[in-house]
Amino acid sequence: MTGDPKRANLPPMSLHVPEPKFRPGDDVDFSDFDIPAADSARRPDTGDNPRDFHELAFGLVRVLDDQGKAVGAWDPKLDADTLRTMLRSMALTRAFDERMFRAQRQGKTSFYMKSTGEEAVSVAATMALASDDMCFPSYRQQGILITRGYSLVEMMNQIYSNKGDKLQGKQLPIMYSSREKGFFSISGNLTTQYPQAVGWAMASASKGDSRIAATWCGEGSTAEGDFHSACTFASVYRAPVILNVVNNQWAISSFSGFAGAEATTFAARAIGYGIAGLRVDGNDPLAVYAATHWAAERARTNQGPTLIEHFTYRAEGHSTSDDPSAYRSAQEWSSWPLGDPIMRLKNHLIALGEWDEDRQAAMDKELAEMVRAAQKEAEKNGVLGHGMHQKFETMFEGVYEDMPWHLKEQQQQMLDEDVAAGRPGPRR
Amino acid sequence: MTAITPDPLADEAARIAPEAEREGETVRMNMIQAINSAMDVMMARDDNVVVMGEDVGYFGGVFRATAGLQKKYGKTRVFDTPITECGIIGVAVGMGAYGLRPVPEIQFADYIYPALDQLVSEAARLRYRSAGEFIAPLTVRSPFGGGIFGGQTHSQSPEGIFTHVSGLKTVIPSTPYDAKGLLIAAIEDNDPVIFFEPKRIYNGPFDGHYDTPAKNWSSHPAGEVPSGYYRIPLGKAAVVRPGEAVTILCYGTMVHVVANTIAETGVDAEIIDLRTLMPLDIDTIMESVEKTGRCMIVHEATRTQGFGAELSAVVQERCFYHLEAPIERVTGFDTPYPHSLEWAYFPGPVRIREALKKILKD
Repeated sequence: MTGDPKRANLPPMSLHVPEPKFRPGDDVDFSDFDIPAADSARRPDTGDNPRDFHELAFGLVRVLDDQGKAVGAWDPKLDADTLRTMLRSMALTRAFDERMFRAQRQGKTSFYMKSTGEEAVSVAATMALASDDMCFPSYRQQGILITRGYSLVEMMNQIYSNKGDKLQGKQLPIMYSSREKGFFSISGNLTTQYPQAVGWAMASASKGDSRIAATWCGEGSTAEGDFHSACTFASVYRAPVILNVVNNQWAISSFSGFAGAEATTFAARAIGYGIAGLRVDGNDPLAVYAATHWAAERARTNQGPTLIEHFTYRAEGHSTSDDPSAYRSAQEWSSWPLGDPIMRLKNHLIALGEWDEDRQAAMDKELAEMVRAAQKEAEKNGVLGHGMHQKFETMFEGVYEDMPWHLKEQQQQMLDEDVAAGRPGPRR
Repeated sequence: MTAITPDPLADEAARIAPEAEREGETVRMNMIQAINSAMDVMMARDDNVVVMGEDVGYFGGVFRATAGLQKKYGKTRVFDTPITECGIIGVAVGMGAYGLRPVPEIQFADYIYPALDQLVSEAARLRYRSAGEFIAPLTVRSPFGGGIFGGQTHSQSPEGIFTHVSGLKTVIPSTPYDAKGLLIAAIEDNDPVIFFEPKRIYNGPFDGHYDTPAKNWSSHPAGEVPSGYYRIPLGKAAVVRPGEAVTILCYGTMVHVVANTIAETGVDAEIIDLRTLMPLDIDTIMESVEKTGRCMIVHEATRTQGFGAELSAVVQERCFYHLEAPIERVTGFDTPYPHSLEWAYFPGPVRIREALKKILKD
């Protein structure tokens, strides 16, 4: 292949293309999976120098052991009421996901994305933040809104793009926005929220505010350039921000090796930026809470940003448009060594004598009812399959603060064409 | 070439706002000083205005546009950034969501492309996709345009990329007076504004005669700039020279090249400086073309799908029955901006004269 005859005798190079361990039909064996003991990770001072976080960036912060006991330096020592609140928000998130997934299958909406198996990453993290800290989520942190008590009906209105939709049917389902709940408008473009969160945090710091920002992206999206620019800015200006990487092993059909996981951890990226890096058992709600609480304190005391890798597993398909059985073994989730975050927290509460299976069953039933009632309420405003619910002219609103002449003209043109064609639909 | 004639803009008083709207003494400024003054005025008026970008802080910017601002307002309001355009704009969007009014600088418009995702997918759409919950009140300043031997990556005019994006406003001044008034209006505007500064005319109006000594703004009336607050509304064009024979639509450096060429040829052209490309001042354009019956468009940017195509289309749609000749476009050629062949590429006096002959033929 080479043009230089002097190199003709050299052995040929080869290109490495990563390949996941298990494909559809394969037996899954995680026996070589290295799970550090729950009490093994050291808990540094929040002011410690990021260069001393090597072992934390490659290890795994865990609190719950196999017996469901909270152990080690990272135990946040939460009271039973707080733990039950956490369990409830996680279970509600899952119940909501189940219901909305079914609604999509019933043709009531065009699209949905579940967060099954990742409820701790959003719920426990949010509980460790102040209620007015600003969240810049990706599309798989619906648990933030649920933890902050956002209306389920409002969420469903958005999913249905119905006449109650606060976003006027302008956004794809699940791309929520709630300024009131400190939940930044979700964008379809991956990781754009990362530098935005850093900018928000810089603004907060420059104004002498006490609020911090937190942002989330998947491990696949860490490959985007915005991840790099955000980490650089966060480090340079010591922005009060928590950079969460939800490593759920899969970016649609691409396993984490395509984002660089074969070579290093995602938490270890922090080392190169001079950011404190923690790698956390993302299916351990207490570990997620403890790490977030630690990072929040670090940020709020001007000690700088933290990057947290939440090591978890995407239990379901990427979205309602995805069939994971086409690229991975169905056994992966059932044999995932770090288990299910809801089961683990439930077992912990039971081990504490603060919960039992009957109460769990009753709670699940109550939450399912609650979601069903919310759905009934939301569907009074219509579902996507039943036509366009917004006044047509709203399409032109909010492009600019004031509507320029050319949009007014196009708006009028649309209305005239509509009337001329006799198209049914809500007008004015 | 012919001797340089008096600048036709010298007689134009209509573009100067009424005295009542201005604050402060009038002083001599070049365009850089006027832009600096706009930021100074706005930073003094509004604590939420912050200036950021590569080399804008201590050093005061590679073109000196932010000189002295950090010393006056402190490092948390005027600061240097890492060299990452997507980061600069992404961070500015987040600052805007917090409630600040960022004025990020992209050192050259040729280097704005890494920030395109943040501008197109985020800043432009934020108000729309959140139904007004979050806004991106940014003013992205960036030197643009050619005529300085900048070669491929210090000469481009990418305005057409931004005028194509719903949710962005695009502004291009042509004088120190306009630059300050428009920049103040852009900073006050709650929508994201792309503010392109024609760097060829930072120090003086350029008449297109590259082989004669450069002029400066000291003798130009639009170099008289109020030291305090005033604004020129976005979306309003300026009639630089009234005329009857042909309407010439232009902006930035080309306003001066066109005006001077018209003065040299003696053609009674009506010259319109668009000032804001999006939203466009359609009324001023229509009124003019309906009067003259002819329309010529001049811009530095490459032709195909350049902003001139949109101008040509709207004029054709709205003034069809008034047109007496096909609309002419004098633009950069559809090539990357060359270094040594700059003056063959640049839509200067030679090319404008030839286009005038064509459009005035009958």
